[in-house]
Amino acid sequence: MAKFKAKKQNIAIDMTPMVDLAFLLITFFMLTVKFRAQEAIQVDIPSSIADTPLPAQNILLISVSSDGRVFFGVDSKHTRLSILEKIKERYGYNFTEKEAHIFSVLAEVGVPFEQLKAYLSLSEPERKAMDKRVSIPTDSTNNQLKQWILFARYSNPQIRIAIRADEKAPYPVIARIIETLKEQKVHRFNLITTLEAQSKS
Amino acid sequence: MAAEVGGDSGAPKKGKKKGKARKPKKRPRIDMTPMVDLGFLLLTFFVLTTTMSTPNTMPVVVPPKITEKDEVEPPKIAEGKVITLLVGRAKVYYYVGVEKPELFQTTFSPKSGIRKVLLDRRQKVAQRYGKADEMIVIIKMLDEAQYKDFVDILDEMAIIQQKKYALVDITPEEKSMIEDYKKSIATRS
Repeated sequence: MAKFKAKKQNIAIDMTPMVDLAFLLITFFMLTVKFRAQEAIQVDIPSSIADTPLPAQNILLISVSSDGRVFFGVDSKHTRLSILEKIKERYGYNFTEKEAHIFSVLAEVGVPFEQLKAYLSLSEPERKAMDKRVSIPTDSTNNQLKQWILFARYSNPQIRIAIRADEKAPYPVIARIIETLKEQKVHRFNLITTLEAQSKS
Repeated sequence: MAAEVGGDSGAPKKGKKKGKARKPKKRPRIDMTPMVDLGFLLLTFFVLTTTMSTPNTMPVVVPPKITEKDEVEPPKIAEGKVITLLVGRAKVYYYVGVEKPELFQTTFSPKSGIRKVLLDRRQKVAQRYGKADEMIVIIKMLDEAQYKDFVDILDEMAIIQQKKYALVDITPEEKSMIEDYKKSIATRS
């Protein structure tokens, strides 16, 4: 009888431990997950030995793409709306409710002020396409980055400035940004890096 | 398929009574395969969307701009203490002192690159002036440099714990020094 049984029985692997493991890992990742924010530009961050984590709040992020285009972003929705308000006052543009809402959810913007209204009225794919060619002007005659930083610091005096630039970003662009910061008496800022995979020490 | 009764599938043939009697003994087995599938699918999703490495930051402090009305005298420093680094694309030119400096070239290599140069220099400063932390590093970035070079050189400062360093704009004299250096290399080879 035992033999007979063994022949017909199909092999069943006990999956229970595997399920346990899978769900354990799922739980872990679900709890630790922090979804990647929608970033307007792709940035490859260089590595360094710095191991201070970036504070989660009150961050003004200046992003620089590999081809030297400059983007601006702040982390809180409230600050964004307040910045938009200041742009309205300063430049006299009128933004509709919808445009203001779109602006408040954008992590980064890289359009000159003149194009901002047009940019906000576009659809999402159109905005993405536009992100590939625009940049905030930083040259000394038309330094709009300076205005952006000024508005952000007015809106949130505690804001800290961080530069998130691509490894391949040309240095002159970085130099201009540092110069802009110096002009506003910002002498302390952060460069965002990833932790080096243990080779320099 | 979802709840298949495994084990004694051939047993009921022996007799209805016997089979019925045995039923309570059998433990129903649930096929876990779809559950595992689902589990790993979700797992993959979370692994891919999660950002495990939180970005770190490197603090930078730059000297304030000195305007003419500030009336600040630039500090006077013994020239032997100063080493100037001209950082280009993945390479570093450096010279010591101010008067008729001789330019050298090195890399970011951890073993033989700029770090060794700086540590050697620091030793010499320590011998001559007593303290190793008297050394002052002046960093000047060339236009050809990329952001990575900038981070690398600041990183080197952090690694060798060089506290006294300054980021200064490059002068035309230094640019021509580099041109001359490149020419001399070209003629030598």
